[in-house]
Amino acid sequence: MLSTATDKFYSILFERPEDRAEILNPEEPLFFDLNIDQIITGITSGKEEYDLKSFFHAPLKSARAVTYRQQIMRDLEDPGLYASVALFAQSMRTVREHLAQSEKLRNRHQREAWFLEAIAVYCEAVTSLNTDLAAARLQSRGLVAFREYLSAYVKSGPFLSLLEETKTQKANLASIQYSVIIRDGSFTVRKHEGECDYSAEVERTFERFKLGAVKDYTVDFHEWPEMSQVEEKILEFVAKLYPQMSQLENYCAARDSFLDVTVREFDHEVQFYIAYLEYVSRVTRGGLRVCCPEVSENRKDVYGSEVFDLALAQKLLTDHTPVVCNDFYFKESERIYVVTGPNQGGKTTFARTFGQLQYLGCLGCFVPGSAVRVFVFDKLFTHFQGVEDPEALRGALEDSLIRVHDILAAATPDSVIILNEIFTSTTVRDALFLSEKVLSKVIELDLLCVCVTFIDELASMSKKIVSMVATADPQNPAVRTYKIVRMAPQGVAWAMSIAEKYRVTYDYLSKRLKS
Amino acid sequence: MKAHLLYPSRDFDWHAAPAWAAETLTQDLELNTLFAAMANGDKFLFEAARKVVLSSISDPDLLNYRQAVLRDCLANAAVVVSIYQIAVEAIEREKKDFWRVSIKSPGLILSRAIDVLEMFMGMLVRLRSTAEQNSSAFHSEGFGKFVTMLKTELADEYLATVSKHLKQLRFPDGILLSAELGRGNKGVNHVLRARQESDGLGWIERIFSRRPEEYTFHLHPRDESGFSALSELRDRGINAAANVLAQSSDHVLGFFQLLRNELAFYLGCLNLHKHLAQKKVLPTCFPVPAPAGGSRHTVRGLYDVCLAVRQGDSVVGNDLDADGRCLAIITGANQGGKSTFLRSIGLAQLMMQCGMFVPAESFCADVREAIFTHFKREEDATMQSGKLDEELARMSEIADHINSNSIVLFNESFAATNDREGSEIARQIVSALLEKNVKIFFVTHLWEFASGMFEKHMEGSIFLRAERRPNGLRTFKVLQGEPQQTSYGEDLYHRVFNAIPGPGKSEIGEDGGR
Repeated sequence: MLSTATDKFYSILFERPEDRAEILNPEEPLFFDLNIDQIITGITSGKEEYDLKSFFHAPLKSARAVTYRQQIMRDLEDPGLYASVALFAQSMRTVREHLAQSEKLRNRHQREAWFLEAIAVYCEAVTSLNTDLAAARLQSRGLVAFREYLSAYVKSGPFLSLLEETKTQKANLASIQYSVIIRDGSFTVRKHEGECDYSAEVERTFERFKLGAVKDYTVDFHEWPEMSQVEEKILEFVAKLYPQMSQLENYCAARDSFLDVTVREFDHEVQFYIAYLEYVSRVTRGGLRVCCPEVSENRKDVYGSEVFDLALAQKLLTDHTPVVCNDFYFKESERIYVVTGPNQGGKTTFARTFGQLQYLGCLGCFVPGSAVRVFVFDKLFTHFQGVEDPEALRGALEDSLIRVHDILAAATPDSVIILNEIFTSTTVRDALFLSEKVLSKVIELDLLCVCVTFIDELASMSKKIVSMVATADPQNPAVRTYKIVRMAPQGVAWAMSIAEKYRVTYDYLSKRLKS
Repeated sequence: MKAHLLYPSRDFDWHAAPAWAAETLTQDLELNTLFAAMANGDKFLFEAARKVVLSSISDPDLLNYRQAVLRDCLANAAVVVSIYQIAVEAIEREKKDFWRVSIKSPGLILSRAIDVLEMFMGMLVRLRSTAEQNSSAFHSEGFGKFVTMLKTELADEYLATVSKHLKQLRFPDGILLSAELGRGNKGVNHVLRARQESDGLGWIERIFSRRPEEYTFHLHPRDESGFSALSELRDRGINAAANVLAQSSDHVLGFFQLLRNELAFYLGCLNLHKHLAQKKVLPTCFPVPAPAGGSRHTVRGLYDVCLAVRQGDSVVGNDLDADGRCLAIITGANQGGKSTFLRSIGLAQLMMQCGMFVPAESFCADVREAIFTHFKREEDATMQSGKLDEELARMSEIADHINSNSIVLFNESFAATNDREGSEIARQIVSALLEKNVKIFFVTHLWEFASGMFEKHMEGSIFLRAERRPNGLRTFKVLQGEPQQTSYGEDLYHRVFNAIPGPGKSEIGEDGGR
């Protein structure tokens, strides 16, 4: 790394070393319960080489650390800058591929050429990223600092000489044009002497018969990076005809470690943003909105407008099914949502959405909704009633209670708890009793909680509780709307008309027919 | 090289998607009967007839161009047939003699292409001499240009150049190619280079005389992998040339196909003409296509060509004087020839608009942008929606595709409900279409619709009626006449229900003229 004023740049993910947060165990229930595992898989698929998952398993612990990332993500939201960074990443991938190719080959001229190619791509990638960053309107502390680093790097002596020599070597090779004369069992190599293209001459002769498009008879040859013995022999002759080819050996030897460590790290870490933005662009193209949430370390009056389950939205959009968005808010001392209403009415989806917002918000990511405030939690707990195993039925209630107990023991006022149908494996009376006990604890801790339940009574336990209800279509109560509404629990259609339907009445036709 | 026998300056698009209405038209106007008569048992001619008849054109000049070509064909049938056969032979020989098709080797592709092109050149020479010998018998612009094109494009000098290249491309002296260093220093951009003839020496001789720096390698005779690598390099070198030559042979094949396709339509016309001429009483004439815009329909002795083909010589011809009329409403007796009349209108319009003669003594009508039919359909047991539903859905599809200046033939449409509702739907649809200058022929039993339209005394309308003599006898003539309240369905009822069962009864097709 270069030591200049650019020391300020530490990492594109963390402003300072102390911002690094604990990487959660991917087996934590919250990942499965909130569908966050699906989201992370969606984000990282196709980018396995970067090993990005751990970045998404470590929610940040301070509003400042979150803001550092949010600023960067906002900057990268600009399509121009996004494209620049994506192109840079693609080029760096090519560099790695070329280096690997160079390692694999045995012919000297080939190894050198692939190595040269890798450096050329690297120089191009760094140079154009620097140009693009210089022209970009950056707002983020992170990208501004990286820009300063990069601009110093490309002006540094070592990089400039790398650039210059690489150009020279490339030009040397590009200027070579040779001829091969092929006979039965022998071939001759010499410099090309400008004989005309015979295929073109043949083409001109038959031009008068040309009709539209025809089949392409060009045979595709397998392009292996390796060479046949004949090709190697030809290359050897070409090297004799053009002595400048031998300079390449020294060039390569002197450029063993040309990759800058900071640049390489940036390429790796910036994928966090690129991957996430690419992932959410699929839902925003479908007409849904994501936003940069307000983050707070002390305000628990979180809210969300037009929010939705990001994992579910990806699925629904693929099936061309509309996605229902919801709104919620806490005011003043409100902390807890008790969600009731018909089955399959969107209750669990609401609970997941709430959890996803807090989690993704604390990663420094955009969240699924048009306006959102999230709380910087210390821990996020979930307990969802699993698929019941009939064999283990007797233990289900007990397991549930143990799990809830552990959660409450570990929770602090800064934690978030999402509970979904937790005491279903018992009588209503028991469930009411247990739920009241649990919620009292939650109320006491003053933490943020969503509790999906079939027990209407829970909704009126405390002023901290807000009742949310899954609703149905008033015209046709059998139709679920998937809307979750803030309200008290609800305990629980001849001839001209066909012509209208087909738009073939006079009025319709007059409009439809082209003049 | 182009045939240009259907269009003066472009090819007929053999692979164009059929017009949206094609399938419906084929069904409603029984076009397969027409195509079969034109094909006379030849599947290819059937296909050509179908494609050309269904791609209507609306430019009167273009129609006159085709009519002239067709007149030449009628006058020189034997020569036209022999030109057609040369094209067919060339196409067949390309398939039969040279079956080595799916080969993935430039060397084999190249040698096959050379063989094919040598054969094609022979066939082109035959084509040229056949055309030259008969050039004075052709008077149309289309054939005139065709003969001239053959003479100029296939001059002896050109044929000699082609033959020289075909010999050279077998590379008796080895091949010369140039290359550059690509990624990883692999040879790329292999380009075949021409042998230079400037000093009368072959390039090998020249190399020895000037002695440039060069290096030669001889493979060991048993070095199999070396030979195969060298052969691959050779293939890379001739890849482009093989492609060019194979494509050129496809282009020449394409020319023969174009010629065959375009002539196939005219051969179909010759077949139909011969067929109708044998039934001496049936006249045909070249129609006079009036320009789009004005509404023209002046017709003498128009008959249903499909009925004539199926049934022989006793078809009834109708007259129509409907210049300036955009709406023709046809009412009258069941089985009185209304549908037959309607089809004859549609068929003649289609035949005129592809350049054919028409089945009439004389025929003049304005060209129309497109032809649509909306015929009532027999009820389909599998259909979920009701009949009216289905009819209106079809009407809606027509609305999606229709342009102004089109023509629509309605046959008992919108009758799947009561008279009043059906009439109202028909009235609204017809009014909207007329405002967009669509010409309409409407066969109907909808009394309120027909009489309502009649009482409006619109200038552009004409009312026709299937003739029924007072004694109940049908003449299958359609004459001008105002709508009448009954369609004499009782006649039909009595005929069918009181007739003695026998073969005579079952032969009565719906609206069949007898």
